Amino acid sequence: MPKVIGAVTVDAMRCKGCELCVVACPTHTLALKSNDVNDRGYHYAYAADMATCIGCAACATVCPDACIEVYRVIEK
Amino acid sequence: MTPEEIINPANRVYARPRLLTEANTHYCPGCSHGVVHRIVAELLEEMGLENRAVGVAPVGCAVFAYNYIDVDWVEAAHGRAPAVATALSRLNPDNLVFTYQGDGDLAAIGTAETIHAANRGENIAIIFINNAIYGMTGGQMAPTTLLGQKTATTPYGRRADLNGYPLNITDLLAQLRGTCYVTRQAVHTAAAARKTKAAIKKAFENALAGKGTSVVEVVGTCSSGWKMTPAQANDWMAEHMTEHYPLGDLKNE
Repeated sequence: MPKVIGAVTVDAMRCKGCELCVVACPTHTLALKSNDVNDRGYHYAYAADMATCIGCAACATVCPDACIEVYRVIEK
Repeated sequence: MTPEEIINPANRVYARPRLLTEANTHYCPGCSHGVVHRIVAELLEEMGLENRAVGVAPVGCAVFAYNYIDVDWVEAAHGRAPAVATALSRLNPDNLVFTYQGDGDLAAIGTAETIHAANRGENIAIIFINNAIYGMTGGQMAPTTLLGQKTATTPYGRRADLNGYPLNITDLLAQLRGTCYVTRQAVHTAAAARKTKAAIKKAFENALAGKGTSVVEVVGTCSSGWKMTPAQANDWMAEHMTEHYPLGDLKNE
């Protein structure tokens, strides 16, 4: 069966830490940095567990600041 | 495969739309406006309308929309966006003219302009963000505020005997013969945001085809005005707002 491998990148400087991507992610790939903030003082989102990502782009679809890029590879 | 091998432009399935400018929006974290801005920018890019689209910006939180989406814009006086759009679409029938308005703009001060533009069947697309509150001025009661909802000016909840009933203006617009497409959508989940994108696309197509006025209401959130986190606001919206503002098509001709 083909395997879907995904990856996400978050523009940390643009992220406002609203957590909507974390809630929308079906595989719990994303999380907010609990002990780090960006230049504007927000706990930004990051890929805490990239191995689980399936590249579904649900996070990017709900992101109000368009700061998430999604990549997907189908391995046969 | 390592993440470094996956992250290259050939494998990219989603990127920031080109028509969104580099500016950081002034919206609060988790604001629905950001999602709808992104959807509009994606659509204008996908439909190849960036040189033909003219937006009309409202007064309200979305007043700076012209700073964020890189197409032509006109800033209208408070509530007058459909009247300005009427002139734009009549003088430039080849252009796509759309308005982007909040509930304080469209359903309060601009009620007359909205209803008459829709009744005349102007070839415009109206994008209406309904978050049931005046967000920009500090969370006062709007005509669309739900009964019992606490705001800065209804601290004990909206009362029908004192404040009247929530105005469901999209239902009113669906009664008019000038409208061809009236729908109510949301952007609280990925699936809902995709449906909203399809709805706005249809509204743009109707305006280009000269079929009449299309209205896309997006039931949104105002986490700052509602005093909730963005995730809580989305849950509250799905639970309470959709009761009075049920999602789905009201008219599709």
